[in-house]
Amino acid sequence: MSTRIGTVFGQELRQARRNLWVILATAVLGLFALALALFGAGQGSDLKVDVLTLTAVSLATLSVYLIPLIALLMSYDSISGEVERGSLALTFATPVRRWEVFVGKFLAQTVAVCVAILIAFGTVGCIIGFLAEISGDGVLAWLRLMLSAGGLGAIFVGIGLMLSALTGRTARAAAAAVGVWLLLVVLYDVALLGAIMAAGEGIFATHVFPWLVIANPADAFRLYNLAMIDAAPVAGIDGLSQTLPFPPVAALAALGLWLVATIAIGSARTKRIVP
Amino acid sequence: MTAILAINALCLSFGGQKVLDDVSLSVQPGERLALLGHNGAGKSTLFKTVLGFLRPSSGTVAVAGHAPGSNAAREAVNYLPEVVSFQRNLSGREVLSYFSGLRGTPKAEVSDLLARVGLLDAADRAVGAYSKGMRQRLGLAQALIGAPRLLLLDEPTSGLDPVSRHEFYEVIADAAARGSAVLLSSHGLEEVQDKTDRIAILARGRLKAEGTLAELAQEAGLPTTIRISAKPGAADDLHGEFGGRRINGCRLDLDCAQGAKVDLLARLGQHQDRLRDIEICPPGLTDIYRHFSRMGPTEDQI
Ligand SMILES: Nc1ncnc2c1ncn2[C@@H]1O[C@H](COP(=O)(O)OP(=O)(O)OP(=O)(O)O)[C@@H](O)[C@H]1O
Ligand SMILES: [Mg+2]
Repeated sequence: MSTRIGTVFGQELRQARRNLWVILATAVLGLFALALALFGAGQGSDLKVDVLTLTAVSLATLSVYLIPLIALLMSYDSISGEVERGSLALTFATPVRRWEVFVGKFLAQTVAVCVAILIAFGTVGCIIGFLAEISGDGVLAWLRLMLSAGGLGAIFVGIGLMLSALTGRTARAAAAAVGVWLLLVVLYDVALLGAIMAAGEGIFATHVFPWLVIANPADAFRLYNLAMIDAAPVAGIDGLSQTLPFPPVAALAALGLWLVATIAIGSARTKRIVP
Repeated sequence: MTAILAINALCLSFGGQKVLDDVSLSVQPGERLALLGHNGAGKSTLFKTVLGFLRPSSGTVAVAGHAPGSNAAREAVNYLPEVVSFQRNLSGREVLSYFSGLRGTPKAEVSDLLARVGLLDAADRAVGAYSKGMRQRLGLAQALIGAPRLLLLDEPTSGLDPVSRHEFYEVIADAAARGSAVLLSSHGLEEVQDKTDRIAILARGRLKAEGTLAELAQEAGLPTTIRISAKPGAADDLHGEFGGRRINGCRLDLDCAQGAKVDLLARLGQHQDRLRDIEICPPGLTDIYRHFSRMGPTEDQI
């Protein structure tokens, strides 16, 4: 089993490298992080927070948009493309189990996303360390950001692969990926804000709303990062992070559930593919 | 001897359309069975059913005694699809290492296989830059990984030059000699004639005939055609005497059952003065193939 998953993993990682995905993702994430760091450095002296913490907060907000996008782009074509080109038929004719193919691809692309995040955010974190005063809290916030960003990337790789397996056609998988990104990253927040405005103070605001927020992996990620930073200057939905009815770690559990669900659905669906 | 592949009364439909209809076949270890049939006859569909990709509507398939697509069946089967496609940016060697990894066979085999299909020089180039024939060779190498018990080759020689074609069949014969059962489909009648052991003919999803070429020829009972070129003006007389088909002013084709050949020739001998030439054409492969793929209850409607 392990050699077969390892084989799929190795091949997939090689692909990600040769398609320049890792380099591209690293460059994009690094440039955005650097821009936010410079912006934060300009502001830092006014607020009573160190630049690293400040940048971690703004980067968490930006990562919610970027990382799902990168992860979905990397994964949406992975299974449907191979179905269309016909190369998956050869793989499925070998003794490899279908779920091993799914998990191998998932692991490889997750590693690719995580490597990009580690290099990009790690480098920018070091640059900030050289240029500005940093605090222990800031370093912690930064490490939390990198790790949870990796988790967010993993979930959206899982979602992308799941959509790829569900649709089995590249064009449909692309449409589904764009739809999911819009829904989870943009529209969900708008809908929640509308709901909380309409409902006002009450049971909904205190007991339903927080759970709805962490039900979405993108929001759960942001909530976790902001809730862990006391001094974070936040507004809107994120203001919730100061008045949670559960510990911020619960948001991580929500991320874990998403991960398990996408892998389970994706693997089960891969079994049904007719290559 | 137990069959590696045993197909029994297999039926399969796409939507309402019956694509395989009551097909029964078996292939023994070391045997090469060629599957012939027109475009859309159901050959590729049969392969995909044996691989477990498609589910039969009725009937059974057993691969080394196991259900198609089961883990044990996939251990036993190697497959070369009709259109070979690999990830473009991998090299030939990487492709083979990948499949060798999936089958859990030693990586040392890879160079051997590359040499066996004549790809050693191109081994480290990207597959995307391979020619069609080179991809086909890589596909065959991939299908030979780990001494397969059943080789499923869907049109393995399509798009190959005559020399490569010959080499392909040598490699396949090698594999069969080492005990692999081979089921291959083809549109090349001549090549399957002496490169395979048995022939099965599929038409519109039905198995029309199965056996060695000699058996098929006998079963078809096709007439030998005797072509006569008559001297000027004599064709009409001969036509009157022997019947047959007039081709042009001086040519006449006579159909003659297997046993009646000598008799007919003796009778023709009496008209020696009217004949310029006699040509004897025994039924060819194409005739046998056409006979079997045409006949059947639906023939009248076509
Ligand atoms: N996925 C599918 N959905 C619906 N019909 C299909 C599908 N695949 C094949 N068919 C139909 O099944 C029949 C048999 O197709 P198949 O590909 O098995 O033919 P074949 O014998 O391999 O032909 P060829 O010599 O052209 O490769 C055809 O009529 C085809 O239209
Ligand atoms: Mg075919």
